[in-house]
This record gives sequence, structure tokens and C-alpha cells, in this order.
Amino acid sequence: MMEGIETDTKTAESNRAPDSIRPRWGRTIAWLSVAALLAILFFGLLRTQQGPIGVGQKAPDFTFTSFDGNTYSLSELGGKVVLVNFWASWCKPCEQEAGDLELAWRAYQTRGDVVFLGLAWTDTERKSLEYLEKFDITYPNGPDLGTRISQTYRTTGVPETYIIDRNGILRSVKLSPFLSLDEIKASIDPLLNE
Amino acid sequence: MAVDSPFLPSRSKKTRLSSVIYLILMLVLFSSTVYAQELTPNVPTDNEVNAIAKQLYCPVCENTPLDVCPTQACSEWRELIREKLASGWDEKQIKAYFVDQFGDRVLATPPARGINWLVYIIPPLAFIFGGIILFRAFRTWKKPTDMGDKNLAQPSSDEYVNQLEEELRKL
Repeated sequence: MMEGIETDTKTAESNRAPDSIRPRWGRTIAWLSVAALLAILFFGLLRTQQGPIGVGQKAPDFTFTSFDGNTYSLSELGGKVVLVNFWASWCKPCEQEAGDLELAWRAYQTRGDVVFLGLAWTDTERKSLEYLEKFDITYPNGPDLGTRISQTYRTTGVPETYIIDRNGILRSVKLSPFLSLDEIKASIDPLLNE
Repeated sequence: MAVDSPFLPSRSKKTRLSSVIYLILMLVLFSSTVYAQELTPNVPTDNEVNAIAKQLYCPVCENTPLDVCPTQACSEWRELIREKLASGWDEKQIKAYFVDQFGDRVLATPPARGINWLVYIIPPLAFIFGGIILFRAFRTWKKPTDMGDKNLAQPSSDEYVNQLEEELRKL
């Protein structure tokens, strides 16, 4: 009887695969999950640390509807120098450059090969319109709905200005307000002669 | 003896006059109250505004709920909530409007779609896996038996180990 039991135990032991070759699914899944989580964290951090898009890169395309109902698309403005300004009505530094931007726009408007676009960032429509009226801004302005465009351009705040050449290449980024009309012109004029 | 004069009102005339004045006053008061109620719009209270504001976050001041954020941008957003409430919008409509205007990231509770699902899946999964690991670990723990202790006390059959222990005892 005892002999029979011993034989059964031996058979069971011999049937069981050694620990080294048995698949350890639980452990594999756990490690894979940890690796996936770390990868997500890594790419998330990488994205937040990237900063604005680099000068010399193709400017990301975007479309927006201005407060007066017209739709503008960057891809349809090929062959023109485009200035994209992110602003907000609650932003005091934005007020510093608002007048100069409008003056610059009026200086270039008649040429036809320069376009200014203003994007109100996390702003309420009523306050945005009040701001545009206060500074008598006439170039197209509209809300950055869902903050989609600012996220595409990886803006870090307001005001920020992106100047794109005739070929759609980002040529300069200004992460603070322009201090004078001359400074704005100095960023645009070289691109007009290319 | 009192004499009724045509220039002096009698008691009944006095009573009638005061009743008329009282009636006129009441009418004026009542009509002005109704008029004021008609003119005063349904202004939402701060509590009603904050009940929605605390579920929203402004992208400008991250990690600060809108109801306690002191910046001008947040103040304007709260005013916008008040305007929408006064216009008869409900909480769901207002939150949808903010998402449309400023994106998903304004919501304190991210919507369960896309990569946001991870927020809802990872914590419970981590708890479950942690529980399994702990359960398995506890099962492998063994209580030391008397037999085991006796075995430890017995001299080893290995000559080298015996010698080593003997040397250690001398120290």
C-alpha cells in the first residue's frame, strides 16, 4: 500500500515541469505592465519637456474661425509670410505689444503677401472682443477652440508669436511681447526679400 | 360741544380718507414690488457658481480648481459660469461648453475615452495584482516547526561544517 502511494507521488513529480522551464505568465504580465506604464510616463514627460516647436521645422497646419465668422487655414496661406500671435485679454504683457502688432499689420496689409492671425488662448469671447476693440485690432482674430492649436504649437503661455515664411517653415519664435514696432518689422522684413 | 364745520373733516370722513391713502400706499408698494421682481434677473448665487467651478480647472493655473483660483482669467471664467446659469443653462451644458472652448483638460474628472481610460484602469488593476502578489507571498511563508528546530540543533554530517562551527564556538 505504502509502496503504491510512493510510486504515485514520484509519477506526479516527474510529470511536473521543472521551475526553470515552466512559463511564469503572472510575472511576465506584471513586468510588461510596469514597462508599459513607464513608457507612457516617459513619453508624457518627454512631451512636456519639449518646449515650443523648433525654428526651421515645418509649421504645423491649423484651421480656425475668427470672431467675425471667417475661416482661415495655414495651408491655404502658402506663398505668404504669416505671423501667428497667441494672446489673452487677461494677459498684461499682451497689452504691451497689441498696439505695435496692429501698427505692423497696417504697414504690411496693402502688400498682400503678409498675413497676421491672432488666437485668443483660454479667453472668454466677450472679454476677447472687448480687448480687440480697446486696441482697435483689425487683423483676423479668433478663439483657439479647445486649445488645440496652442497644444500643437506646444505654447508655454501668452503672449507668444510664431513667424512662418512663404514655404511654411517656422522662422522665428517670440516667447515674450514685442517691445517695439521695429522689432516686429525686423522679424518679418528679411522673409519678404527671400 | 363739538360743531361740524364744512372746513373740518368729520370722524367718518377722516376714516374714509385714511383708508383711501392706505389703499393707495398699498397699491404703490405692491406694484413696485412686482415691477422690481420683473426687472431683477435671476442672478445665480456664488455657491451655485462655485458648485460648477470646483469641477473645472483653468489651464493657466494648473492644479488649482476654478472656484478657489485667484487669477483674473479664472475670475472671468467664473463670471462666464454665472452668465450661463442666469441664461438657464444647466451644469452639464456649461461643462460641455467649457470643454468645447478650452479642451478636455479643464475637467477635474477626465472623460473616460482614449488614453484617459488608463486613469480608471490602472489603479484597480494595481490593487488586484498587489493583492495576488501578497496572497502568494503569505502562502509561501512557513511557521518554523519543532522538528525543524531540532534538526538545526543536530550536528551536520558535513565534516567541514562541523569544524567551522567548532571554531566559531571557540571565539
